[in-house]
Amino acid sequence: MTLSRETLINLILIVLLAAVPFVALGIGQPFYITLATRIAILALAAVGLNLVLGLGGLVSFGHAAFFGIGGYVAGILAAHASSGEALMFGLAGSDQMPVIWLVTLIVCGIVGLAIGAVSLRTSGVYFIMITLAFSQMIYYFAVSWPAYGGEDGLSILVRNRFPGVNSMKPISYFLICLGMLIAGLGLFSLIRASRFGAALQAARQNAVRVAAVGISPYPIRLAAFTLSGMITGVAGALYADLNRFASPSMISWHMSGELIVLIVLGGTGRLFGPVAGAMLYVVFEFALGGLTERWQFFLGLILLAVVLFARGGLLGLLAGKARHG
Amino acid sequence: MAETVLEIENLVKNFGALRATDGVSLDLRQGEIHALIGPNGAGKSTLIHQICGTLKPDQGNIRFSGQDITALGVAERARLGLGRTFQVSSIAPEFSALRNVMLAVQAKQGTSFRFFTPVMRDRSLTEPAMAMLERVGLAARADIPAAELSHGERRQLEIAIALALESRAFLLDEPMAGMGPEGSKALTGFLDGLRHEAPILLVEHDMDAVFALADRISVLVYGKIITTGTVDEIRRDPAVRSAYLGDHA
Ligand SMILES: Nc1ncnc2c1ncn2[C@@H]1O[C@H](COP(=O)(O)OP(=O)(O)OP(=O)(O)O)[C@@H](O)[C@H]1O
Ligand SMILES: [Mg+2]
Repeated sequence: MTLSRETLINLILIVLLAAVPFVALGIGQPFYITLATRIAILALAAVGLNLVLGLGGLVSFGHAAFFGIGGYVAGILAAHASSGEALMFGLAGSDQMPVIWLVTLIVCGIVGLAIGAVSLRTSGVYFIMITLAFSQMIYYFAVSWPAYGGEDGLSILVRNRFPGVNSMKPISYFLICLGMLIAGLGLFSLIRASRFGAALQAARQNAVRVAAVGISPYPIRLAAFTLSGMITGVAGALYADLNRFASPSMISWHMSGELIVLIVLGGTGRLFGPVAGAMLYVVFEFALGGLTERWQFFLGLILLAVVLFARGGLLGLLAGKARHG
Repeated sequence: MAETVLEIENLVKNFGALRATDGVSLDLRQGEIHALIGPNGAGKSTLIHQICGTLKPDQGNIRFSGQDITALGVAERARLGLGRTFQVSSIAPEFSALRNVMLAVQAKQGTSFRFFTPVMRDRSLTEPAMAMLERVGLAARADIPAAELSHGERRQLEIAIALALESRAFLLDEPMAGMGPEGSKALTGFLDGLRHEAPILLVEHDMDAVFALADRISVLVYGKIITTGTVDEIRRDPAVRSAYLGDHA
């Protein structure tokens, strides 16, 4: 089997990411492990968004809602687990990551279905605005909810646990996050190649054509939106556990914008676009952020250059135009 | 008389002050090619759009296979068996020709809610799609992105898509446009045979093709059907000659 150029680049990217923490340990700079973990988590969040944005062509400016919900699920379940107080309906909290992820998937699935059902009745700029509006509603809800920290956010005293792994060890936690990223990428790649993926991508290219063959775009897009929110939600839960903190800033529109920027930088609709984008973004933030407060200004310039001269993002530059079967 | 497949009753569509469809009634019978001709801006495409559901009529009814479809959406009508081609080709530009047809095969098979089997390795999709491309003479171009196909090839691709849907009626909006004399001739021969699979409502400016193919012709002028008849009747009709045919008859 011959590897396509893109597959090769994807492999290099993931190996590169996986190698960072081990190199960091080798040179005695454990801080870089956190950086690599951050990349993996942001990439996973963007993999979720890439499903609607990249494959579906739907610019959701509200995915921070899911990211934040994941974070708060992790924080709230952990808080109840440590206090022993029951949650609603007499359910107990939990400090087990798999349980937290499952709850995140369920909650984000329900919220995604609800937000999607309303938002997807609009398109274009209206869709962007309505998804933003929903996430802002959730943001203000979190800010004004004193039981779970309000504006100050919610600390997670001890990082939640994963069966058989010491999640407190930075490198172990990195590997958990990398594993989840790879699972997310696998799911994305399956979906993209499937019948569902074909309908979703065709609806981006030409919704009238899709309807004319007898496939209604709406339910396809709704399912994609829901799935997408669920994936981004799990990334949020991981993010809260990384920082041991769930804060309203996870739900702010900056976060939604950041995820879009990641994807555009890396390559919209490309399997590894989010990975390349997250690497670039975190490295910029780290390298430029150390030099100047105004690093986002420079990021803006780079983004402008990408949009004007390299529409396919980093992967477009490295691997050429995307091919569809 | 052959069974009526599609029946349009007193359809009206206004664009602001312009009445683009003005009380149109028309039917399409099993086995026939019914041509719809008329000058530019007469409202032919607008009528096709209303039959397919991309436009909603202000008044009137559309019945298809004995069912009132006036209130149904585009996708539902397509699932009932209305296959169409667009005056301006409408395809998924990034997908290859094959994948465009595969999408139709997938739609015909029912659900698109399958998440895990790669379509390119699914022979129940690729094989019928390839067969349709062969029928319209596009097999050699199967892997070319639709955006890179020539104008004429895109028309052929749209027909392959309609075939893959196993439509029970075809609505073709100027399929010969931009085809060149060779392509038009080939397509004329193809449509001649196609009418036996499903009747065709054919909008076309190419009068040679219309006269060669049509069992009946309706003439649309300013949103109204001024007459319907056989090829000979239409050729002889003085009103049609002055409104549209000019010296072509
Ligand atoms: N969406 C629309 N909004 C407003 N006016 C429209 C719209 N679509 C069509 N029209 C007008 O309705 C009339 C009929 O247009 P239509 O496209 O149906 O004509 P046609 O018979 O298909 O012409 P052609 O032979 O040029 O394709 C034209 O005057 C056109 O300008
Ligand atoms: Mg027209």
